[in-house]
Amino acid sequence: MSVEFAVAAALFVGVIAYAVLGGADFGSGFYDLTAGGARRGAELRTLVDHSIGPVWEANHVWLIYVLVIWWTGFPESFAAAVTTLILPLLVALLGIVLRGASFAFRKYSATLAEARLFGVIFATSSIITPFFLGTVAGAVASGRVPLDGSGDRWSSWLNPTSVFGGIIAVGTCAFLAGTFLTADAQRSGLASLADILRRRALSVGVTTGAVVFAALVPILRDAPTLSAGLTGRAAPLVVLSAIAGGATLWLLWSRRFNAARFTAVLAVVSVISGWGVAQYPWLLVDEVTIADAAGAPATLRALLVAVGLAGVVVVPPLIYLLRLTQSEAWSRL
Amino acid sequence: MDARLLSLAAGDPAGLLAAREQMALSLGWHIILACFGVAFPAMILVLHLRGVRRNDPVALGLAQRWAKASAVLFAIGAVSGTVLSFEMGLLWPGLMGTYGDVLGLPFAFEGLSFFVEAIFLGIYLYGWGRMEPRLHLVMIVPMAIAGVVGTFCVISVNAWMNAPAGFRVAGGEIVDVNPWRAMFNDLAVLQFLHMWLAAYMVVGFCVAGVYAVGMLRGRRDDHHRLGFIVPFVFATVAALSQPVVGHLLGGNLGDRQPAKLAAFELAETTESPSPLRIGGWYADGEVHGTVDIPYLGSLIAQNSLTAPVPGLDTIPDDEEPPVNITHWAFQTMVGLGTALALVVTVFWLARWRGRDLLGHRWFLRLMALAGPLAVVTMEAGWIATEVGRQPWIVYGHMRTVDAAGDNPGLWWLLTATAVLYTAMTAAAVWVLRSMARRWRSGEIDLPSPYAPQSGGIA
Repeated sequence: MSVEFAVAAALFVGVIAYAVLGGADFGSGFYDLTAGGARRGAELRTLVDHSIGPVWEANHVWLIYVLVIWWTGFPESFAAAVTTLILPLLVALLGIVLRGASFAFRKYSATLAEARLFGVIFATSSIITPFFLGTVAGAVASGRVPLDGSGDRWSSWLNPTSVFGGIIAVGTCAFLAGTFLTADAQRSGLASLADILRRRALSVGVTTGAVVFAALVPILRDAPTLSAGLTGRAAPLVVLSAIAGGATLWLLWSRRFNAARFTAVLAVVSVISGWGVAQYPWLLVDEVTIADAAGAPATLRALLVAVGLAGVVVVPPLIYLLRLTQSEAWSRL
Repeated sequence: MDARLLSLAAGDPAGLLAAREQMALSLGWHIILACFGVAFPAMILVLHLRGVRRNDPVALGLAQRWAKASAVLFAIGAVSGTVLSFEMGLLWPGLMGTYGDVLGLPFAFEGLSFFVEAIFLGIYLYGWGRMEPRLHLVMIVPMAIAGVVGTFCVISVNAWMNAPAGFRVAGGEIVDVNPWRAMFNDLAVLQFLHMWLAAYMVVGFCVAGVYAVGMLRGRRDDHHRLGFIVPFVFATVAALSQPVVGHLLGGNLGDRQPAKLAAFELAETTESPSPLRIGGWYADGEVHGTVDIPYLGSLIAQNSLTAPVPGLDTIPDDEEPPVNITHWAFQTMVGLGTALALVVTVFWLARWRGRDLLGHRWFLRLMALAGPLAVVTMEAGWIATEVGRQPWIVYGHMRTVDAAGDNPGLWWLLTATAVLYTAMTAAAVWVLRSMARRWRSGEIDLPSPYAPQSGGIA
């Protein structure tokens, strides 16, 4: 295994982790937004606070991890991507800022009016952010980011692959969050809330599945390199993702919420890995490969030291935190 | 001078000035919150430890409140830090594309520190009442350590921009990249210490100031005395050590970055010995309106009674930084920093002589101001070092002009950012003040207003 492949793999692990962990946090915004008025939505919003409060900042750091490894390991391609995709990245960034800030502000608001204002900002920006990050992924995957950064500032991310990518990202985040929130509600002894969330998660899941199905033809036509990979080398992962997604729906339907969390994560992990495998060996599809985009070898080796260190100092406490939040003692509302 | 500025500006990429202002705004804003991320956990740890060891409910109460306040501050610190990560590429594609693999490694380690900080922040904040108390207390230690490591990493990148290391240029290509050498460049340790102490000054004076205001309003209880004195002790140690570290950091500036030193000292020509020039301005190649103290310039800048400060006339015109901004920022930093060091000295001297200045309104008023002044001091220091490095982004290797992209829309971005950050500042102040009001009225847990009933949610 070459060193640049190892760094690219480490980078991609970050993308997957951010999609799963950060994605579930963003997805909570959807249920928060659709929870209804102040009184009716109180229980759900409190659950959202409680579920993502301890973890969202840690989960958010995966994005920083991805950016840092990208610009350090593959500097030129990073500069190219952010230059071409400046618009969707700025909107996503705005969403990230508003989401984090207003989530914290809402929690400590003194009055209902303040909480309502910050709540709407939190929930809306939680939906906007994954959409625009999805368009960025679509732009890279459909080969619209030239290495000299001269891609069109609009059509690079306003195209079938990007737009469907954005919608699918929003749907996937919401589905993931739905399964987690349903399980959280049940563990906290909120049976009726779990029921409401179960219904919503099911409809989000079915809708997202339908969108993915509808998007297949346009994406296959729009992004030939990606399509060849998805229907070829990455096909098993795509199939696995579909099976896991279907299994999640069934487990939610039959009220096995704890198990549904695992299949939901599996579905997201396999679809994101499918994208990665499909576009290998390209870093920016049709433009530059991982090997050609790599920076100085000494830096790549040093990055692997940093990644190894992350395995020792970050992963164990992260697992500890995630286990704590899923424990009985921490589920008391 | 003006004509030269205009002619330079005409050839600049459209995004340059806006990119500079954007970076200054977002970095200048974030850095205040970063200070809290670095210094606040240590102060909370001291109070929490005292609370547990001496069974002191006042200390525990303060620790719990500060932890909640830090949840708000860290959230906006985290998101404004993310803005900077994006901006590295959005505003400076030339820098990141060319030098990303030279300067990136410390950012990777900074990312790890940020991970550790965020993870343990989550555990610590939500662990109140949910974990065994001693284990819970331990959770803040990694946070405090990660803050220190993270500061070193970020500052090491800035130090590298001032003292580039870990690569060679051969035929226009960057070769022989050694990221470790870049990370541990000659300036990294001293510049880190300088910023680390600055963080303790900012947070120490700001937090102490909050309780000074409370005492001014007649709230003179143990809660306010302890809430004042703990951050004040941190601020004292930092304010008294800072001049020493600052002096060491400036030690060989004349050899490393003569243009920056000349601007700091407003040295138009090379004089031996150089005077210390206070105030004044530089225009048309001449220095006006300064108060000169003979010998002191040489003594402070060069540790010598005779060695001169190299003058601006030895610097090629197109390698001069904006002299007046650099000079004034530097003198603001030194002047205010010295004043803050004097104030803490007066307080402890008076205390040693048996007089408690906390009983004096003038001192409390001064303390209420000390926090904002410490912020101004730190910002001035950043302006001095950043503007003084111009026109270089990587000193001696890459000009800021060549790092910027060609994006005329950046002025819109700057305007939007200014509006957003103003709103975010206002909201943060509003929320923190309303938290304080609720605490004063006897609430402890601060349940959200939409919570079904006030349960035990931290």
